[in-house]
Amino acid sequence: MKFSFSSEQEEFRSNLRRLLADRSPTKEVRRLMETDQGYERNGWRAINTALGLTAIRIPEAYGGYGLSFGDQCIVLEEMGRALLCAPYFATAVLAAGAVMNAGTEAEKQALLPGIAAGETTATFAWVENNGRWDAEGTALTATAESGEIVLNGHKSYVVDGHTADLIVVLARAPQGLSLFTVDGNAPGLTRRALKSMDPTRKFARLELNRVAARPLGTAGGAAAPFARTMVEAAVCLANEMVGGADRLREDALAYAMMRMQFGKPIASFQSMKHKQADMLLEVELAKSAAYYAAASLDDGDDDAVANAYLAKACASDAYMQTAIHAVQIHGGIGFTWDNDTHLWFKRAKSSEVLLGDPNYHRELMLQNWPA
Amino acid sequence: MTEISEDTVRAEVRAWLKANWSPDYGLVEWRLKLAESGWGVPHWPSRWYGRELPVGLVPVIEEEFKRIGAIGVAKVGIRTLAAATILEHGTDWQKEKFLLRILTGEDIWCQLFSEPGSGSDVAGAVTRAEFRGNQWVVNGQKVWTTSAHKAHWGLLLARTDWDQPKHRGLSYFIIDMKQPGVTVQPLRQMNGYASFNQVFFTDAKVEPEFLVSDVGNGWAVTTTTLMHERRGADALRSWAIPSDKPGRIYEEECEEIRTTMEPYKWYPQRAGRVDLILERAWATGKINDPVLRQEIAKVLAMSKAAEWTARRARTAQEQGRPQGPEGSLGKLASSIIARAAARVHTSLLGPDALLTGDEGPMSGLLAEILVSVPASSIAGGTDEIQRNIISERVLKMPRERTGDTDKPFKDVPRNTVA
Repeated sequence: MKFSFSSEQEEFRSNLRRLLADRSPTKEVRRLMETDQGYERNGWRAINTALGLTAIRIPEAYGGYGLSFGDQCIVLEEMGRALLCAPYFATAVLAAGAVMNAGTEAEKQALLPGIAAGETTATFAWVENNGRWDAEGTALTATAESGEIVLNGHKSYVVDGHTADLIVVLARAPQGLSLFTVDGNAPGLTRRALKSMDPTRKFARLELNRVAARPLGTAGGAAAPFARTMVEAAVCLANEMVGGADRLREDALAYAMMRMQFGKPIASFQSMKHKQADMLLEVELAKSAAYYAAASLDDGDDDAVANAYLAKACASDAYMQTAIHAVQIHGGIGFTWDNDTHLWFKRAKSSEVLLGDPNYHRELMLQNWPA
Repeated sequence: MTEISEDTVRAEVRAWLKANWSPDYGLVEWRLKLAESGWGVPHWPSRWYGRELPVGLVPVIEEEFKRIGAIGVAKVGIRTLAAATILEHGTDWQKEKFLLRILTGEDIWCQLFSEPGSGSDVAGAVTRAEFRGNQWVVNGQKVWTTSAHKAHWGLLLARTDWDQPKHRGLSYFIIDMKQPGVTVQPLRQMNGYASFNQVFFTDAKVEPEFLVSDVGNGWAVTTTTLMHERRGADALRSWAIPSDKPGRIYEEECEEIRTTMEPYKWYPQRAGRVDLILERAWATGKINDPVLRQEIAKVLAMSKAAEWTARRARTAQEQGRPQGPEGSLGKLASSIIARAAARVHTSLLGPDALLTGDEGPMSGLLAEILVSVPASSIAGGTDEIQRNIISERVLKMPRERTGDTDKPFKDVPRNTVA
């Protein structure tokens, strides 16, 4: 049964939706997006601990709840809907994912409980100036220096990289592609917040100059856990995106129902109705793909990898197209800063590009299509 | 009475099949037995060949039939729509007369709604039925009628009152198709097939007891038929696969499937044959074309997403939850997919897209896709009508103001075609 959210899950979703509506109205989103950090630690901690959000998919042995991707994707969908400004995707999806996929028992014991408890924020730095989303673009090096591992090089487009307490870094070691962790305030690490087009999702550039690092997993063995982390991230981001797309669609519909022109609501014009029907179709199909991809990961299906890329490509197209329609339906007001539509429009655009654009994911989908 | 559950029903039907099923029966003979037992249509009323079981349990029973290869009641074609409509609106006399022969498959049915002047706007029908003497006399023309040339009975929507507004002047009849006043002509389509017919009525006769529901209530009855048609669109044309098992009953069923499915044989091509795309891409070597790879991936992705959306809707239905918007989107999704698939097939064909029939690859099957896909966005409700339905019924957007519902139908401007 891939498509039945249980009544517990539905209840969880509605509690979370209420909480986020209360704590993250657009007024709050607008306030936080103007800050350099992009979120507030105390506010985020309160939301996180109320429902144990970062703990959801972390196994019980490391202080989490050991729940499924299906459960975590409910969180992401609701956060995408509310446009929550928080380091959840970076911490609970990217970094925690990398640690769970690559880490040894001791490393997981050391790193995951802090994330689960909401004490540690974290991120994963793998992309560099060349902008490649796969591992091939990695030039940052790991070398042994007087019994210590040190990292030299740079990383860019690092989600919440300027604020994370813990950073997982992909590097080239003598043994091959490897993962390491470094502290956010490590000596030799320079972090600069990039000017993000989407102010609700901050990116940073990191310079690493002889930064002391701890290994994560086997030296030279990062390829598989890295690939797995990307697949999981694609599914999680797809779910975040369909939440935002659905919200945009609903807002545009509500506006069309109330906006009067020529003596009647613009929602009564067939051009508007057909546009809304197309938007619903696209968003619902993307939702199905996002839900199915999450269930495929949980069930360990053979086509889970292809489904993940499919879901990301589908969600990217649906979210962006919905955003374009939403601005159009709002007309002139939709292009103003005061109207909220642009907040989601920009999130749609940043999500479309993050992890690779839809063409990239469609290509990966085809390469992984089950025979 | 013991409580009905999946397990008790499964046990009961299994025992009944064990005691009764044999492939040596004649098809009609077996189906009569099925009708009598109530296992043929278990969700129907007990009084009419059923057992009043919840619809949710029907798949369990079907599973048991399939498990031992037992044949069910006749299900394909318009007859299922006739049955649903008669069950809901028919008189006892009509149920007595028609239902059993629907289940046995002895009678073939057709649907007489669309007209040359009213396609999307079915309620604008101008075929007239007048009560003269002691019977109804029908004059006019219907179109897109599948199986009309074989049908014994037709579900007819006709105008009986021209002074009433559009929807209130219609009545619904069951008409005998084998009478002198009914002429059937095949209608040739752009893909060369003639799966549909035009039906002409010239003083065709309908006895009063063949009126379904009341005079003037034809639109409500039509809505029932159409609702069942949309709901069962897939099942109606689902590829009945003839069994290759030996036995008289299998041979008879084989023949039934062959004749019933004949008009639908190009329908898979109409849907774009997404299933052939990858195989063709490899066969032609175009799998390495990066531009085409994107187009292929788009079609495959959308097709999967649509399939999963249908599953979501089904799951909701099975669990008795209110179906979300996902249930109304399938028709529109499939015509968009069909169009995209036809584009990809064109690229894969290259110059062979210029050819048709056995001149082209796969004995012309691929060529058939290109000239069959245009039907998918028209048949069974155009894409435009689907978008109206989605926006008005699902999204609750305002209905368009129409110019024909507030005055006598005789004063409504309409097409002048015969």
